[in-house]
Amino acid sequence: MKGNFIDNLPKIYGLYTGGFVVFILLMAILEQVGVDAETIGILFVLFTVVIYAAIGWLSRTMQVDAYYVAGRQVPAVFNGMATAADWMSGASFVAMAGGIYFGGHGYLAFVVGWTGGYVLVASLMAPYLRKFGCYTVPDYIGTRYGGDLARLCAVIVLVVASFTYVTAQINATGTIAARALQIPFEVGVWFGLLGILLCSMLGGMRAVTWTQVAQYIVLIIAYLVPVFWMSSKQEFGLIPQFAYGDAIARVAELEALHKVGEMKPTEAFAGVRALTIEHATAGASALANWKFVTLAFMMMAGTASLPHILMRYFTTPSVRAARTSVAWSLFFIFLLYFTAPALATFTKLQVLDPNLATGIIGKSFSEVASLDWIQKWSNVGMLKISDSNGDGILQINEFFMRGDIVVLATPEIAGLPFVISGLVAAGGMAAAMSTADGLLLAIANALSHDLYYKIIDPSADTRKRLVAARVLLIVIGAAGAFVASFKLTGILGAVAWAFNFAASGLFFPLVLGIWWKRANREGAVAGMICGFVAGTAYLIWVRFMGGAEFIGLDHLRFGIVGMAVSLVAMVVVTQMTKEPDEETQQMVDDMRIPKGASVLSSDH
Amino acid sequence: MTDVSPEVRAAHWAKTKTLTITVLVLWFIFSFVVHWFASDLNALSIFGFPLGFYMAAQGSLIVFVVLIFWLASRQNSIDEEFGVAEDDA
Repeated sequence: MKGNFIDNLPKIYGLYTGGFVVFILLMAILEQVGVDAETIGILFVLFTVVIYAAIGWLSRTMQVDAYYVAGRQVPAVFNGMATAADWMSGASFVAMAGGIYFGGHGYLAFVVGWTGGYVLVASLMAPYLRKFGCYTVPDYIGTRYGGDLARLCAVIVLVVASFTYVTAQINATGTIAARALQIPFEVGVWFGLLGILLCSMLGGMRAVTWTQVAQYIVLIIAYLVPVFWMSSKQEFGLIPQFAYGDAIARVAELEALHKVGEMKPTEAFAGVRALTIEHATAGASALANWKFVTLAFMMMAGTASLPHILMRYFTTPSVRAARTSVAWSLFFIFLLYFTAPALATFTKLQVLDPNLATGIIGKSFSEVASLDWIQKWSNVGMLKISDSNGDGILQINEFFMRGDIVVLATPEIAGLPFVISGLVAAGGMAAAMSTADGLLLAIANALSHDLYYKIIDPSADTRKRLVAARVLLIVIGAAGAFVASFKLTGILGAVAWAFNFAASGLFFPLVLGIWWKRANREGAVAGMICGFVAGTAYLIWVRFMGGAEFIGLDHLRFGIVGMAVSLVAMVVVTQMTKEPDEETQQMVDDMRIPKGASVLSSDH
Repeated sequence: MTDVSPEVRAAHWAKTKTLTITVLVLWFIFSFVVHWFASDLNALSIFGFPLGFYMAAQGSLIVFVVLIFWLASRQNSIDEEFGVAEDDA
């Protein structure tokens, strides 16, 4: 039956995709017969969440290796899709195109960083960790270096990095649920958490894997359909991603016309901003270049250190499959990431071009103020127009919005049917839920397997371990939702912090454990503690104590400091202490070749 | 544990390291070097895009995807060459 399921995967997900398309068409028909936009939005979100929960329930398990690593039988392509969903958060889905809209070339450092990181995952980490046979990232650290202290340090870094990230995701599910289901945000957060837990609690990694594949399919359809639709309306051809060069040239003309960057806003409104940065112009100074590459580098190193991503490659049937799987992951991520800049460009064109019916800049203020979508998004505080100079014309520095609108409102700006807005809401929900699931599971598994089973109670039986894992999942989820309900994310800040935390503490202990046989316990512990503490201290210094930035390293790049300290501490301390024992060196040798049994047995 | 001689292991690892370094050099160029000169590259144009923008929005991404697929297949053939690939693969 089990083998059967794996063999039938293409058929099962093919049917699922077909079913989802039929559902979209059904919604389109409902819209035609006069069902209102709110009902369609509710149906989209509820229907998809119920499907994920059903998959989660069907995947329930009481086996340790199914719970922790999905029984190590996830084929490379499907693991690629699951990783892509795990990876692309609410931020990627909702905020990335908006970030490019406002930040132009500088923001593309995220796009480069969040894709290039997979080169590091594939070349330095994933296949070797798969061969190792661990259940969690701290499991590898604890076994490779030996000792509870090393394991504990890894658990702490993992929890801090992942928890920073997961509150943002729960916040995103809450926001989307609140808007689509017309419930208060505080209730939306708990509704989102309920959906997340239903996917992961009964079946652990196995359930999360199969729901993430389903979520990937929804989110990629939801992202691509509006872009294809919009570009075909504007005649940019079938695959607009390859053909928007002309649009960029046109945007540059319009930027000159509307004096983008020259006319600064004279007023400020909370949460929204005006466009002041040119779209394709790259910074010419060395500092601007340095900021671009350091940001990209931090996102890459963080990608290769974040446990919820690395643990996805523990689920493949072989080392070979783990390698191919990284490639598929990046391919599936690429489909969204190379679309985001196109979407940002099209939206900008729609808004700026006075020759298009949708253009608003340069039009009469009262005319723009009466547009439906302007009123709708103004009402929820995501958009603001203000005739600062009182000339009755809307200038570029008088139009303020939140970046998220680029994805959420584009269907309306371009005049697409409501059904597309519902689809986009379902896609955003899928993106946020899938990432939250992966993160919660990474935290709960590290605490249940590494802290509880390996350190506190090594005699616990399977049942007790899996019960502990589930209890922790609920507790951490509730803690995340509790923090998210305070809406602190503005203060807790960027998703980027999670990457910096993870890279500061874990990058070098992970990489050197494979690539430097001499690396030992003392060095790894020093690397984790010094790197993590130095990075955190620098973050507090620049972000909260008003300290001066060291060569442009702001709070998005604090991991540069953490990683540098981590590397030095690890190398120096390792050299000062004695080399690891024979057995450990043998372990490293075995990790480097795919052949033979994994270092840790399947039930450890 | 596994019956692979130290000599074979060393040779396999040397070749693996060379491949990894090659991949990382290409990664470095397309991650950092190209974008450092984005402003200059924008003077050139590719498929109608300014080249610097194109590389960050699309070009580097395509290189990364191709690079990882290539790495996976190269490493698999290295493993097979030295007889250290998985038995059931």
